[in-house]
Amino acid sequence: MEQSGEYRIAASREAVWEALNDPQVLGECIEGCQNIEKVDEQHFNVAVKAKIGPVSATFNAELELSDLNPPASYVINGNAKGGAAGFAKGGAEVELAEDGDATLLRYAVKANVGGKLAQVGSRLVDGAARKMADDFFAAFSTRLDPGAASTGESESEEENKDEVPRYESSGSRSIWLIAFVVLILAVLFAI
Amino acid sequence: MSEAIAEDTGIGAPVRRREDARFITGTGRYTDDLNQPGQVYGVFCRSPHARAKINGVDAEEALGIPGVLGVYTGTEMVADGIGDLPCGWLVKDKAGNDMRSAPHPPLAATQVNYVGEPYALVVADSLQAARQGAESVNAEFEELHAVVELGSATVSEQIYEGIDHNLAYEWALGEEDATRMAFARAAHVTTLELTNNRLIPNAMEPRACLGVHDAATGDYTLYTTSQNPHLERLVLSAFVQVAPEHKLRVVAPDVGGGFGSKIFIYAEETAVIWAAAKVGRPIKWVADRSESFLADAHGRDHITRAELALDEQGRFTGLRVKTTANLGAYLSTFGSSVPTYLYGTLLAGQYKTPNIYVEVQGVYTNTAPVDAYRGAGRPEATYVVERIVEQAARELGKDPADLRRMNMIQPEDFPYETPVALTYDTGNYEASLDKALELIDYAGFEGRRAAAAEQNKRRGIGFACYIEACGLAPSKLAIELGAGVGLYESGEIRMNPTGNVSVFTGSHSHGQGHETTFAQVVSDKLGVPYDDVDIVHGDTGRMEFGLGTYGSRSLAVGGSALIAAAEKIIEKGKKIAAHMMQTTPEQVDFDDGTFSLQDSNQSVTIQEVAFAAYVPADYPEDLEPGLTEKAFYDPNNFTYPAGTHIAEVEVDIETGVVELVNFVAVDDFGHIINPLIVHGQVHGGVAQGAGQALMEHGIYDEYGQLQTGSMMDYCLPRADDLPDFQVDTTVTPCTHNPLGVKGCGEAGAIGSPAAIMNAVTHALGTKDIAMPATPEKVWRAVRGE
Repeated sequence: MEQSGEYRIAASREAVWEALNDPQVLGECIEGCQNIEKVDEQHFNVAVKAKIGPVSATFNAELELSDLNPPASYVINGNAKGGAAGFAKGGAEVELAEDGDATLLRYAVKANVGGKLAQVGSRLVDGAARKMADDFFAAFSTRLDPGAASTGESESEEENKDEVPRYESSGSRSIWLIAFVVLILAVLFAI
Repeated sequence: MSEAIAEDTGIGAPVRRREDARFITGTGRYTDDLNQPGQVYGVFCRSPHARAKINGVDAEEALGIPGVLGVYTGTEMVADGIGDLPCGWLVKDKAGNDMRSAPHPPLAATQVNYVGEPYALVVADSLQAARQGAESVNAEFEELHAVVELGSATVSEQIYEGIDHNLAYEWALGEEDATRMAFARAAHVTTLELTNNRLIPNAMEPRACLGVHDAATGDYTLYTTSQNPHLERLVLSAFVQVAPEHKLRVVAPDVGGGFGSKIFIYAEETAVIWAAAKVGRPIKWVADRSESFLADAHGRDHITRAELALDEQGRFTGLRVKTTANLGAYLSTFGSSVPTYLYGTLLAGQYKTPNIYVEVQGVYTNTAPVDAYRGAGRPEATYVVERIVEQAARELGKDPADLRRMNMIQPEDFPYETPVALTYDTGNYEASLDKALELIDYAGFEGRRAAAAEQNKRRGIGFACYIEACGLAPSKLAIELGAGVGLYESGEIRMNPTGNVSVFTGSHSHGQGHETTFAQVVSDKLGVPYDDVDIVHGDTGRMEFGLGTYGSRSLAVGGSALIAAAEKIIEKGKKIAAHMMQTTPEQVDFDDGTFSLQDSNQSVTIQEVAFAAYVPADYPEDLEPGLTEKAFYDPNNFTYPAGTHIAEVEVDIETGVVELVNFVAVDDFGHIINPLIVHGQVHGGVAQGAGQALMEHGIYDEYGQLQTGSMMDYCLPRADDLPDFQVDTTVTPCTHNPLGVKGCGEAGAIGSPAAIMNAVTHALGTKDIAMPATPEKVWRAVRGE
């Protein structure tokens, strides 16, 4: 399956940044997230307990960051194993841009699933993945700006690539990664 | 036959099926209804990958789960000397070399080759624990590139070492040069590219088994959903070597449908009976529907290019067919024979086409094995012949019925030897065609078409004048052509001392109604009351041998064996009766249950004779007591059911929905024992054929993941998708079996897909739409996409 989308997060890039640096925020926004473990700068293990349709399992995902172009874009590839429930693997290209006071996140995910996930749920993947991603970013946005609802599927086609935020801390990269991990997991697990 | 008999329960009577009472009241005894003391449960670990190396199977976590008794792997099976699952038909390629068989271990040990292939069996004292155990087995797979697409499989990565181009064989039949000459001289050539969609059988009862090992005696008993328990026993003992034949009993109790998918010897029952001895407890396994989708043998899946040569008058002068047949990842029990001997040999159809040449590539892919499914090769052959004949008629502006009629083999031509190895014994194809045209009101079609057009619907009509070959035979020829078993059937009739009759047949009923039909046959032949005849089947411990039920063979072969046994009963009965009447056997006639002395009013009933045989107070000195006879019947030819199916469809051009609005089937099955059962068989077959034409499609994605793995995504026909079928018959009795019967189990599924797709393409004015003609495909076709 392939899917792309964008989210306008009603917070400044700095605020988003802060929130993404806070594992507690992420943990609260990913339903069923049990553990996020950083192996090294480019490799992460994530455990998420998910129940989508008839398939329920704990998925252990290995994620790898590549094609780094901080802070504008990079690629995450993931491989999630759900035991008897099957597996999912895929990658996401992600871009972030400032949009006035807000932050615009764009993603394009390509994933394929196998085993029971593919057998009983392939028809549900697209809709369910999008819903999970929407739910995550809704929760994430609300967390950042409780007063303003986020606008997923932003109507704005404008791009603002002029202002590139400074990007220095090596630790921050992992936090970005976690955000995108969420995105991939949303797609991979929303079967 | 007389009306008096038809009201009775003899041959020709529409007797309601006696077995239905237990089926519809939930009192049938299916494999899952059987339980054994100390029984435990098996759940299989199945590959999530289409092709991968197994680098290890870690069972530690699973073995730690309370209740889990064992985790058995392919490696252990190999270590125990358990053999591969064999393919029962050795096809030779066109150069005369043996087909290339991929090794097929019951449980994958080193590599998995399709999604759903079992690699371990978890046994636990509850089903829940077994499931939990199976989910906790950690296998380390190293994924390999999967070969999925049939069209490019021969130029894709090689799946098996030593099997170049993923080709099991390149098989050919017919005269290539003569056919080429026919095309060179043709006045017209019609060409058609066709796909025959992959189907997933979906019997109502999923496969199941219960394996029992008695350590005290060394006896094994396997209860399983098999269409042929004796073949199961033979393969498990001789080839797989689970247990010697005399220590293995296979019981196939009530079985809820098979359609071919339960002919084969599968990994699951093999692993279960093997593991039952290891764990020391009876093991039950019942497939869930998801497993059935993944791991039952699928059907069809051909890509074909066909060309038909015609002369100026429209006579067929040549047919050239090139087919790529998907065999799946392994050669299933009869997988090799279906797209060859059961397909290529039927390409003459009902016509006098003098030159036919067919080439078939049997190709491995990383998908579930493909094998016989209701019709097995003949629906595929009929689809090719009847689609291209219809297309030729359209191209030449001829009426499709007329073009067929002009080319049909005529009654005086029989026996007719086709250019593709068969000799048809009898038939009257025009009789079926005429009756079908009348029933569908062919003359009124244009009026119905105009009426539909007013409703913004396009109505189309399509024909299929099919022929098929049933009762695969004779053994000698089939074995010469590579069959691994004989094709006879056994029957045994035991007259009991009290005069009722126990009948044992080697064929197996899993919905066919043998308990009724065979009782009618024996009752009629021996003149005993129908209710006094009991039919026993499906147990290697109760009947001597048998080859089971497939290929519409049961009545033509198994029924004939019973007739032969009944004749022996009558012959011995005459000797006993002669002694009782103080005469010689030559002076005794037998009719309708009574032995009578010629030219006298003296007679004894068969029941009295049976009693005398078991209580031989006054008995011939040179005669053994008892009245039990058995017979093996080996036919000397196939039977050739044939007929005409006509479909009418209406296409809603706004939605693309195709509605099957009228369907006529006129079949020649030879003599009919029970018309009610025969009609039921035709109804079921046509429903499955309509499913293939309009709804069903087994689809794998590019990675070999089954996308249609549940009833949500694999569309089966329901009653409201189908019209009331008009079913009728014509009769030319089979010339070479004692009942004059041909077989009716598959014809519905053989003729209907071609008839329906001819109707759909007629409605749309398109050359082809790949089956199934789903609303989306039709909608796009309407819009010229």
